[in-house]
Amino acid sequence: MRSMIRMSSKNTKRNVGIVALVVVILAAVAGGYYFTTMNSTQSMSATSMMTSASSTMMPSTTSMMTSVMTSATMSETSMASMTSSVAAYQPTTPVSIIGAGATFPQPLIQTWTVQYHNLYPAVSISYSGIGSGGGIQQITLKTVDFGASDAPLSNTQWAGAPGLVFFPETLGGVAITYNLEAWGISNTTVLNFTPDVIAHIYMGLITKWNDPALVALNPGVPLPSAFITAVHRSDGSGTTYAFTNFLSDTVPDWAQQVGYATSVTWPVDTTLGAFGVGAKGNPGVAGTVLNTHGAIGYVDVIYAVSNHLGVGAVLNAAGNYVVPTLQTILWAAQNATGTPNPADLRLHIVNAAGPQSYPIATYTYILVYKDMSANPSTTETKAEALANFLWWAIHSGQQYSSALIYVPLPANIVAADEVVLMSLNYGGTPLLSG
Amino acid sequence: MQTEIEKPRARQRARHHDFLHVILSIAAFAIPIIAALTFYALLNGSLDSIQAFGFGFLTGTRWEPNPANGGPPILGALPAMYGSVVTTLIALIFAVPISLGIALFQSELAPSRLRLPSIFLIELLAAVPSVVYGLWGILFLVPFMSTYIDPGLIGSLGFIPIFSGETNGLGMFTAGVILAIMIIPYGAAVMREVIAAVPRAQREACIALGGTQVETVRMAVIPYASTGIIAAIVLAMGRAIGETMAVTMVIGNVARISPSLFLPSETIPSVIANEFTEVAGNNIYLAALFELGLILFAIAFLMNLIGRVLISKLTFHGGTSAHV
Repeated sequence: MRSMIRMSSKNTKRNVGIVALVVVILAAVAGGYYFTTMNSTQSMSATSMMTSASSTMMPSTTSMMTSVMTSATMSETSMASMTSSVAAYQPTTPVSIIGAGATFPQPLIQTWTVQYHNLYPAVSISYSGIGSGGGIQQITLKTVDFGASDAPLSNTQWAGAPGLVFFPETLGGVAITYNLEAWGISNTTVLNFTPDVIAHIYMGLITKWNDPALVALNPGVPLPSAFITAVHRSDGSGTTYAFTNFLSDTVPDWAQQVGYATSVTWPVDTTLGAFGVGAKGNPGVAGTVLNTHGAIGYVDVIYAVSNHLGVGAVLNAAGNYVVPTLQTILWAAQNATGTPNPADLRLHIVNAAGPQSYPIATYTYILVYKDMSANPSTTETKAEALANFLWWAIHSGQQYSSALIYVPLPANIVAADEVVLMSLNYGGTPLLSG
Repeated sequence: MQTEIEKPRARQRARHHDFLHVILSIAAFAIPIIAALTFYALLNGSLDSIQAFGFGFLTGTRWEPNPANGGPPILGALPAMYGSVVTTLIALIFAVPISLGIALFQSELAPSRLRLPSIFLIELLAAVPSVVYGLWGILFLVPFMSTYIDPGLIGSLGFIPIFSGETNGLGMFTAGVILAIMIIPYGAAVMREVIAAVPRAQREACIALGGTQVETVRMAVIPYASTGIIAAIVLAMGRAIGETMAVTMVIGNVARISPSLFLPSETIPSVIANEFTEVAGNNIYLAALFELGLILFAIAFLMNLIGRVLISKLTFHGGTSAHV
């Protein structure tokens, strides 16, 4: 009897334990649910604020839209004149094309693959964002049908993959961002930067926000006596390529001591008394700047806008301080390239001429084999579908750019791209006929 | 008749036995073989780097895959090794006492209605993916450390080099703290198991001699379970040194050897994770990353070996049986 009673009391104890467990689980689930709903409303408000921020950031939104429209219509007319046979293309055999590479153009390329699949249901395209270096590596090893890279191929990389051609499919700008909210400088305050000042910060020569050089550039802004945390990418990236390319182009000391590449050795990291910090990916840099008082960083424009970071104006070649917008980046692209040479579309558009050109911008590239039969995984049907998709991407595909804060290709680049695409063939048979 | 029936049955049984034997042998040998193949692949992949840098790779303090003058890469593993060791030590300093406390509470002190939920909650921590810890780290822990903990330590203990300098929250100390949180559930779970395995007689003997609860734990339980506790520490250490994502997100990723714990650094796994996608067409760079992997493999192997040796030594002298 006694043992029975004890047993039952033990059982009730165990029951209490189980009830507590259930309560804890329920609380965790409820908490998680609350958290996710809160987050989704937050992100919704973030997107709406993002659009409002972008419209305030670009005072000439309407003029920009019209200019974008004109370039779009221009390219569409050129397409209409050249694509009579392309328009007749209507594949019936299902093909699936695989691409991989840079993460920067990934949202745009993914939009393209969806839209293109809607237009031509037989063609499915998948794209993995594995990084620019990965894109170059995979297309060199011929494991994918096309690659993508933010940085153009180096001479050695090009020599390592004979028959590879590449062309820009979109472009973007690199914003200088900062976080000084702790000292009452709101993120809508536009600070001015010269190439020298940016270079000296990343070389560890300017370590405080109230350095005389920064104060002289920003009269009236109460810059604090706080140390600067210089945030850079820890992984290789096209963003770093554009950023260091710009500094090498404008600051001789930088060109000599650091140079430019998808990843460089940052002097600020090892300078005593200076703070350099690496973060992975554009989101990592944006997040670090957002959470570190006194941080400065460089990110693709969309990440600065969507995180409400402070965005600086940078001194351009014409001597004006320019903030990055779709329009100022487009101006840079148009003014920098002139008539490009389709045989080598490695274009440097940093520090471009023009009174309102934003100086830190870069093209991002698609890589394919000129003779697609060189790639054993690409069949002739696949090759034909891929060539048509790429043609569509540089023409009609560009209409999706602005909504995702990419800059549509200027007409001179579209013309050069067309020459490259027209040369694509399969064992000598042209894939597109104009 | 009987023999005629039994014979095939026996044969069948023998055949079953053989079959089972083969399957189990394959299962048992699969892991050592995979480990050996991994070691071979790492060694093979790092040959270029071993030839180019030799022993200097282990002592080199510079990590410059793309030097400014366009020359060959200068690569040294010391900053990454230093960062790995220091963050792991910080993690262990926090995690070992806390996990031991949790394990003792759960197995010795907790009333049964608290025990189960407490176990469940601690094990829940082990199920959180490391990238989530990283996200929490960068959004919450880094600002928290840079506003409250780090300035406090600098203010009070700043005269010691490891607590000197300035802070922005991103660095070895924060990485160590996040690692500690991540390895506590593992340490606590294994320690709880080994403490629970201490025979009842051991405790009862101590109580019979007039020992208090604290004395029982100190003199009867912990010595008996010590080998298992060390095994738990080794296991936790192995997890800490190999942890990648969360550390990458909070450590600052800078190839720098600095005495101050508040300065950014890097660990071997974080270097590999950061740089692996960008090594195309640069064979020495790729080989150097492989060699880093090899070093990590060797460190993990060595630590396990030390753990094993410690266990066998303690088992011999203490006369207790190992439960792990």
